[in-house]
Amino acid sequence: MEIVKKGTAGTMQSSDLMVFVEPADSLKIEIESTVIKQFGYLINAKVDEVLTKNGVTAGLIRLTDRGALDYAIEARIETALQRASAA
Amino acid sequence: MADSQLRRTMLYVPGNMPSMLQNVPLFKCDSVIIDLEDAVNYAEKDAARNLVRRFLQSWKVRDKELLVRINPLYTKWGHDDLKAILPEMPDAIRFPMCETAELALELDAELAKYESANGLEIGHFGILPSIETVKSVLNAYAIATSTKRIYALAFGAEDYTASMGIARTNSGEDLMHPRMMIVMAARAAGIQAIDTVFSDINDMEGLRKETELVKRLGYSGKSLVNPRQIDIIHEAFAPRQADIDYALEVVEAIKQAQQLGTGVISLKGKMVDAPIVKRAINTLQLAYAQGLVDTPVDEEILNG
Amino acid sequence: MVKNSLGREIPESFNGKAYIPYKDPHSIVPETFHIQRASRILKRNYSGSSKVVGGLREAIIASGLKDGMTISTHHHLRNGDRLLNDLVKEIDALGIRDIRIASSSIHIVHAELIPYIRKGVITALECGVNGPIGEQISKGELECPIVVRSHGGRARSVISGEVPIDVAFLAAPYCDEYGNFNGFYGPSACGSLGYAMVDAQYARKVVAVTDNLVPFPALPFTIAQNIVDIVATVDSLGDPKKIVSSTTKLTKDPMGLQIAKYAAMVIDASGYLKNGFSFQTGTGGISLAVAGHVRDMMRERKIKGSFGCGGITGFFVDMLDEGLFEGLFDVQCFDLKAVESIGRNRKHQEMSAGLYANPFNMGAVVNRLDCAILSATEIDVNFNVNVNTESSGLLLHNTGGHCDVANGAKISIIVCPSIRGRLPMVRDEVTTITTPGETVGVVITERGIAVNNHLPELKAELIRRRAPVKDIHQLRDEIYAVTGAPKPVEFTDKVVGLIEYLDGTIIDTVRTVRA
Repeated sequence: MEIVKKGTAGTMQSSDLMVFVEPADSLKIEIESTVIKQFGYLINAKVDEVLTKNGVTAGLIRLTDRGALDYAIEARIETALQRASAA
Repeated sequence: MADSQLRRTMLYVPGNMPSMLQNVPLFKCDSVIIDLEDAVNYAEKDAARNLVRRFLQSWKVRDKELLVRINPLYTKWGHDDLKAILPEMPDAIRFPMCETAELALELDAELAKYESANGLEIGHFGILPSIETVKSVLNAYAIATSTKRIYALAFGAEDYTASMGIARTNSGEDLMHPRMMIVMAARAAGIQAIDTVFSDINDMEGLRKETELVKRLGYSGKSLVNPRQIDIIHEAFAPRQADIDYALEVVEAIKQAQQLGTGVISLKGKMVDAPIVKRAINTLQLAYAQGLVDTPVDEEILNG
Repeated sequence: MVKNSLGREIPESFNGKAYIPYKDPHSIVPETFHIQRASRILKRNYSGSSKVVGGLREAIIASGLKDGMTISTHHHLRNGDRLLNDLVKEIDALGIRDIRIASSSIHIVHAELIPYIRKGVITALECGVNGPIGEQISKGELECPIVVRSHGGRARSVISGEVPIDVAFLAAPYCDEYGNFNGFYGPSACGSLGYAMVDAQYARKVVAVTDNLVPFPALPFTIAQNIVDIVATVDSLGDPKKIVSSTTKLTKDPMGLQIAKYAAMVIDASGYLKNGFSFQTGTGGISLAVAGHVRDMMRERKIKGSFGCGGITGFFVDMLDEGLFEGLFDVQCFDLKAVESIGRNRKHQEMSAGLYANPFNMGAVVNRLDCAILSATEIDVNFNVNVNTESSGLLLHNTGGHCDVANGAKISIIVCPSIRGRLPMVRDEVTTITTPGETVGVVITERGIAVNNHLPELKAELIRRRAPVKDIHQLRDEIYAVTGAPKPVEFTDKVVGLIEYLDGTIIDTVRTVRA
């Protein structure tokens, strides 16, 4: 999946997250989270997994997480990517 | 004959709110309806679809009936909703704005298509149509009997009053006629009837009264949007002690008759026929769910 | 460093003082510490004239406060308190340094003290804190050794003289010129003065600070003229409207209500809910919802309870007025309805922190409690509870009466959501142990009820009633299945604070969080 324009998904509500993606030459991931100390390792792993699954190799991916569970992280990244790749 | 699944409380949960969605396994309602329609903004339909799909994949042990309310098939979202949701195996689709039997049959065909393509038994997915306009109230019996997938009719009062050009009141006489039409159509078709949402979340007495009313009319449950209403509705649907006692006597009479090998079962000189057995099962199910009897009803015995 | 009985590493001494590691809930006695009772010199005052010396500055001078001394205030005005901030400003202006603060608690409003800690005006805290001071200390951004004590433990430390208070500056909302005062009336009325009563008895000098000087005698007094040295007047002690913290509202969260329902099931199954029932809840939204269920059950079954206890809310006042309790024991009023009640109703009994929960006397009120509802920020699989630090490792909350009540009550019930913003609340290990699991009876989350091994009958009864009883390990597993397993927060070896158990032993430490 190719990121051809800016895309966002999600909200800043508790248990949710905001995802911002935009085109870039290489892959760059920025993660901010209220639970980064305890769950940073799982969030990172999930982000990598979803990007790989969607074949994303380049783009700026920014997450602002408010304690979302894995399913929500996956869904919000997917939505942002779909919105950023649609014609 | 209506199935015996308890549907006292059918709780709507907005499809685009993780904080509510992930509590679905914890709510003590009988059924949950994850909403992709009214609870989701037009601009977020795609996001909600993804979120609900991923949530359902993560919800491994399902302990309650699961419905998804899709957008009507005549909108641009309806078919995409089905495509996203059916692989996650909901028990049924809550089908909004179902005004005619034809609309129900359209969904029926879509579901059958998916079922046959995926090796599922035809009729696997149920349909719960929302009867929420004056036209659908008038078509209620035709809708109820249009496909075997339809196991209940669900009244939706907000859109109904709008379609009548009236304002909804708390006293309820404005809703009396459609309520009767719907429950009569449902009962005539041998299925359940589910009443509309009670929207004033702070009026628990009003909720209790309305639930008691629709119970007397023959409804099996209510739709609701706030989990705080669950307990009140369950209490209102709890059977009275005298009814429980009678149901237990019916069970006892059946057991005795089975032991004696007599075909005809009688209780206090009155014959126990199928409708009485059915009511006894229903009473004991409600009583068990409410913690009023200690053991669940053994339907084997009663149907045997 | 030595390990206490819960496996926590405890330093033998801290800030120049030796400490004993925690052993168990009940075996420590005063003799363990070779202590008896604080004494203060006898005094004679043959003058009947006014003790008013002027404002705070004059009072500080008159009290003889010097470098290296210990002062205290009470926290009955909670986040509305102005006195402690104003006091430290004056102490600084007088050039006095190296002061220890042994107040009954410190709130978010007292973040104003941070510059004075940096400046060396304040060099130690002999009390727990809520908010930014603790946060900065545990981040290693602020140097100030801190000993966190429970309400009962603090009373013990003052009464025994372990923490000698040189001057107590006590906010006195209704006070006369000869030093009689109460907290019932006046613009800064805060109700019970339970925490101040201990200081007034045992501090070497007692200063009553008032914004409401009334003609002699200020009756009924809580603290009387014979133990008050000085009276000072100020414009305002603070804002009593801020006594009510944001947490004192009934929860509307469906998961919170579910927890409250389970807690009511536990109380019902405990067998104590009959005539003579005694009960304490906190002020959290869930606790109040439990109180609502208890009230309904008592009404329905025509139960006359013995007493309600603790920090008192309007909810308990209504139960008293309705006749559901014989009386209330009030160490602290949590809202203005409680303040109003304690000033008019003799069955709404003011009690000192010592009477409430000091373990070293002939019986604290907590010993008479049947059921108590307590909150938690974390619980571990051994039922140990943390209320002091958050999962981030930062020291953000004071102990309050948590470990005191758990120690005294027949059944202590911890109510806590299973997850807060992905953080699992039932976990392998808590960040800090405030209350030992041996004193915790039941842990309730919306996912189920875990009963500790010392209550097998209660467990059996709950199972009989089809309550969702789960082993606490199972509860943890279910929660981890949703959240994932949390990575423990990393700490440095630098101990910046101690968590003292009510008996004076050290149950845990606070270390700085590794950046």
